[in-house]
Amino acid sequence: MSAVSERADPAAWRAAGVPEEVIAALLRVDDPELPGVNVIDLGIVRDVAMADGRVRVTITPTYSGCPAMKAIEFDILTALATRGFEDAEVVTVLDPPWTTDWITETGHAALRRLGISPPPKAGGRGALFEAHHPACPHCGSANTEEISAFGATSCKSLHRCLACREPFEAFKCH
Amino acid sequence: MQEQEKDLFEYLLRLGDTTCILSHRLSEWCGHAPAIEEDVALINIALDLIGQTRMYLDYAGRIEGAGRDEDALAYLRDAMDYRNLLLVEQPNGDFAQTIMRQFLFDAQHLPLLEALTGSSDAGLAEIAAKAVREVRYHLRHSSQWVIRLGDGTEESHRRIANALERLWRYTGEMFADDDLCRRLADRGVAPLPSSLRDAWLANIDPVLEEATLSRPADGWMQTGGREGHHTEHLGYILAEMQFLPRAYPDARW
Repeated sequence: MSAVSERADPAAWRAAGVPEEVIAALLRVDDPELPGVNVIDLGIVRDVAMADGRVRVTITPTYSGCPAMKAIEFDILTALATRGFEDAEVVTVLDPPWTTDWITETGHAALRRLGISPPPKAGGRGALFEAHHPACPHCGSANTEEISAFGATSCKSLHRCLACREPFEAFKCH
Repeated sequence: MQEQEKDLFEYLLRLGDTTCILSHRLSEWCGHAPAIEEDVALINIALDLIGQTRMYLDYAGRIEGAGRDEDALAYLRDAMDYRNLLLVEQPNGDFAQTIMRQFLFDAQHLPLLEALTGSSDAGLAEIAAKAVREVRYHLRHSSQWVIRLGDGTEESHRRIANALERLWRYTGEMFADDDLCRRLADRGVAPLPSSLRDAWLANIDPVLEEATLSRPADGWMQTGGREGHHTEHLGYILAEMQFLPRAYPDARW
């Protein structure tokens, strides 16, 4: 197990000499299944480094079967190439395993804008076996019920607000 | 390959073939499940399992070092070379049989992965750490359905009880030790299958009780999947799954 299990930190990349344009480019790459939420705020980008003038981006999958990983890799390479970093490299790692605790506050706000309730913090193991009652992203009510633990993508579950009666998605605690 | 690498390769095939075949079975429900939410749930579980399969078979291919990648291992091996548990190749049957098959497997899969996160093999440990979080959701889902069907109507109870009775004979294989498992356990690579049985029972007993189902007595258990001796069903799965890459070798999107 790697020692690096905490959230990645763009400040550390800047301090290590990664140009601001590289970070700016990555902040514009969204998860294709969550348009409006970028791959840094989702915690998918684990590291950015420069080696001999080449950008090396390390990413990690949210779920084992996430079908968006290839698209994300392609989008990152395209975003960097259009800003002049043409021989960038994307490396995928599994360890440490991704957790929803790595989603930033900005990421939480972006999820809410998409009508997706963000995951609770510190997703303890016990939490997975208790019903998850996220607040409604539309009216804010805590009076909600789970429809299904599985949604349109691996990372989301389906819920219904009992106050405003709207269905909504929530990001699963992981 | 050295002896230790051969053992690891063989073990990765057991893991990867099991998740591959179960994933394929679940994918057969796409568009056919009793409700849209359940369709989505079964396919999500299938997606997790195929993701796990890719990690195991990719790793197996690298350990083998003979140029076979995950696709070559999945698509170009015959039934006798598949190492999956017999349980997961059993037909979907009705919804109750699919759920019971999933439940009996998930209840073992979770403690297996929890043990593998502490494997002395770093590559295996990191795959297990990734997969274990997904499988917690699988077990929660299949447990809820077993309770709902068992403690539901007379008809749903009859069907889930039949499924339990029919599939029980395939559960013994999950806890049977063999020489490979003993060598891997000695080196701290993988737990002995028999050591997982108590955790499995702790997962299934309370659920069966709440579902008003009785755990069948342990009778004769069907084994052989790990040696490539499969039930007739596997060949049909592989015929469908492998048709395209075998008919059009090296086909690309």
